[in-house]
Formats: sequence, C-alpha cells, structure tokens
Amino acid sequence: MKRADVIVVGAGPAGIAAATAAARHGRSVLLLDDNPAAGGQIWRGGIEARGQETSKGESARKAAALKDLASSGATLLFGYRVFDAPGPQTLQALRDTAGGTEVVTLQYNNLILATGARERFLPFPGWTLPGVFGAGGLQALVKGGFSVQGKHIAVAGSGPLLLAVAVHLQEYGVHITSISEQASRWQLAPFAASLWSHPAKILQGIGYRAALAKTPYRTGCWPVSALADKKTGMLKSVQLTNGAKVWDEPCDLLACGFHLVPNTELASLLGCDLRGDFVAVDDQQRTSVPNIYCAGEPTGIGGLDAALVQGEIAGLACAGKPTDSLRARNAAERKFASRLEAAFRLRPELRLLSALDTIVCRCEDVTYDNLAARSGWTDAKLQTRCGMGPCQGRICGPATQALFGWTPKSIRPPLFPVPVSALCFHDSQHNVSQENA
Amino acid sequence: MPKSVTIRVNGQPVQMEAGSIVSAAFLKAGVPCRTSVTGEPRTALCGMGICFECRATVDGTPHCRTCQLLCRDGMVVESER
Repeated sequence: MKRADVIVVGAGPAGIAAATAAARHGRSVLLLDDNPAAGGQIWRGGIEARGQETSKGESARKAAALKDLASSGATLLFGYRVFDAPGPQTLQALRDTAGGTEVVTLQYNNLILATGARERFLPFPGWTLPGVFGAGGLQALVKGGFSVQGKHIAVAGSGPLLLAVAVHLQEYGVHITSISEQASRWQLAPFAASLWSHPAKILQGIGYRAALAKTPYRTGCWPVSALADKKTGMLKSVQLTNGAKVWDEPCDLLACGFHLVPNTELASLLGCDLRGDFVAVDDQQRTSVPNIYCAGEPTGIGGLDAALVQGEIAGLACAGKPTDSLRARNAAERKFASRLEAAFRLRPELRLLSALDTIVCRCEDVTYDNLAARSGWTDAKLQTRCGMGPCQGRICGPATQALFGWTPKSIRPPLFPVPVSALCFHDSQHNVSQENA
Repeated sequence: MPKSVTIRVNGQPVQMEAGSIVSAAFLKAGVPCRTSVTGEPRTALCGMGICFECRATVDGTPHCRTCQLLCRDGMVVESER
C-alpha cells in the first residue's frame, strides 16, 4: 500500500510538469508510469543516433524538466501499470518482480491523469505484415535499439508526427523514400496560416523541412496496400495513391500512423465525463469527478507545449495554488489543438481501404467482412470477438470508429490483461478502508 | 564501443547494445514475437505497450510486452504461438 497527497499517472511531459509543480509546493507526490523511464513518448530516452541531432533544443528542454522533477521531491515509480480503481481514491497497479508480478494498492487525495495518446491505426491490405510499423512505433523501436541504418523507409499516414519521425529516423542513417500525408493541401493551409501565433512551432517546422529538403512530402496522398515479397514474406513495397492514380514505392519498412487518439480508458473507468473523444476538463484541468484532474493529450491532441502548461496547472491546482498566470497560455494551446484536429481530419476514402479479407482486429484476426454486417461495437464483440483480445480494443476501437462510426463503450476493469492472482488480490489495509466506508 | 548485452531469442544468441528493448532483439533475430490466431507472424507495431503485438515469453513468463522490457544479459526469450 502506498499513499500520497497527489498521484500522477503517466510520466510524459504533462505528468512530469504536474508532479514537479505539486511537489514543489509541499505535496507528497507519486508519479507512476508503465515504462522503464520518464519522458513519455515524445521525450522517450534510449539509444540516440550518433552524430548530428536536429532536436538539440528539445533535448535541453527535456533535461531541464527532468532535473526540475528530480529536485522537486516527487517519488517516481516505473513499471507500474494501473489496472483498476477498486474503491474511492484508490488505484491498483501491477508491477513485474523477479519471480512474477505484484499488485500494489495506491491511495490519493488528488489524482492527475496524464495518460497521453497513442497512434491511430487504420487497416489496409498488408498492414499486419512484418515490416509495417506505427510511425511513432518505429521511432520508439529504433530508440530501443532496432538498427535501421541503410534501410529504405516510407512514411505515411497523417499528422505532424510523420515529419518528426522522418527527421529522427534520418539521423540513424536511413533513406526516407517519401512522406505521404492524407490531409489535402487545402485542409492544411488554414492550419499553416494560423501558426503565426506560435512562432516556436514555425521554427520547428522550418527545421524539419530543412532536414528533409531532399525528401518528397506529399499532401493528399495515402497508402492503399503494403505488399510482401512472395519468397521471404517480408515487406517489399507500399502502394500509394493521390486519389487519381496508384503507384508502387519500394521500401524495406513502412512507418504508418494516422495522427493520435487519446488514452482515456482510466479516466472512463473512474467515471470522468468525456466531451467527444476527450476527457472534459475546466480551466484548472479538473474533470467531472472531484479531486481528479487530467492534463495533456487525453484532453485534446495539442502536443508538447499544451501538455507542459496543462500539467503545471493541474499540479498547482492540486496544491491549492493560483493558476491564473498560465491561463492565457493554456487557452492558446487549446486553440492550437482544435486547429490541429481540423487540419488532420481523416478523409472519407480511408474508410474504403480494407478488402473483405483484411484483418481489422489484430488480436483476434477478425476480418473486415465479418465486421461490416454488425450493428455496432457490442454486437461485433459478441459475434466476432473483435476488441476482446489483449489490447482490449485500443487498436481496433479507433479503427472501427473511423470505418463504421462505432463508439467503443463499457470500459471495465482490469484495464489490461492481468494474471488471475491479481484479480484475487486483496490488500489488508484496503479491506479495512472498504469496511469503514 | 557501447556496452553490449547478449540474450537468447528462440535459442539463438543475439547481441544488443545495452539499453535496447527486447522487441528490437526479435527484429534483429528476424523472428516474429508471436504468431496470430490465424497463423500470421507478428512483430511490434506501436512500440509503446498498447497493441500487444510484441508479446512473448520472457524468462518463462508468458505474454510479456517486449517493447517495454530492457534486454538483460542472459535473458531467455521465446516467440509465442
């Protein structure tokens, strides 16, 4: 059993900023993450490319944030996966131990959810082939020691992440064959024009374009299929289209993701209201549930700057400190997030990419033709096992939302598969508090 | 030279740079992390512990998400059926 004034779930930029702000103001803080280190996805550590690094400024920002966190007095707990909220102000997390796993009960006065976002994956023929990765997924694997030097990599999908990933991969000595962005130039234009109010983001964009000067960046282009070599079964090319024609682009690897979707599972389990796909919060990052705050991507895909300011606001608010001075910055970041959403809205053609035998649910290998006849998410689960594998619909949920307009409902514990022993676990102190309640 | 660690992937020794994740060792070995219910080979997709495509047996424990596990010298990992 662990207790703290403030528990922060997720040690990405939002969680780091939140934990730092609350701990600096004298609150006891536990910062949990399921990964082995702090930084989340955008500040993921790992094996860096040798030689030049485009994002030097970014590394300095990360280092400063981690230093502030270290001196704040917050306690960091890595490898903790929150899987249940069994009682008021109580979470349960699973963590690996030398001999297996252990359940840890955590109690809080205030909870800050900084659970981040994941990539949206859309099915198309060949998307389950070895050699096809998420865009951020491939970047994470490369930082995790996957050697890609000399490989030809096609980048496709949607969102600003594609550019960042391409620049990053290039530093590891790969050849980026092209970047295909599904959004049209016309859809992106108002977004680009609106950036005047975010000069730092313009500079970053210019830096990316300079680094990718020789790489074709095609708007209004998207993947239609990934093709495998008949002998080896490995990816050999991606077929791309601009809506008028289809062409074949040879590549060793395909990095493909369609912007981001928020991780709202824990917020939903705790009963926090959603607004559309996102966790609803007020200007102090308070959710609809008392003492529960949410910051960063789960409240709207706004990127790093939004995460940092919202995390700080949530941390200060938990510590009972004023947040007025950050309100204008947060409002600007929220505007940026809504422009981002409009700019990278998915084109309807993406719903038509699957063939009848294309797998939509990768955990259970449920194909498109088995899903198309279903009336909704629950019907699909009952009849086909779609969404009932280990990822619990985290991948096929957003895919079927895009394909069929289904909204996955009914978030239930455990939030991810756990051993039966974890479900039978009862913390003695936890039992006492339940009896008192 | 960076420090390296050696792990066994389906019995085969694979040398990785220290700090590497187990998913990367599967990719280096050229073997899938798991075989899907219809027999397709699968490797890591999301790289962040969400998709479960990279799950494998690590030191006898099944269903480990290998994208969130660092390689340790002497680790024994097996693809999952």
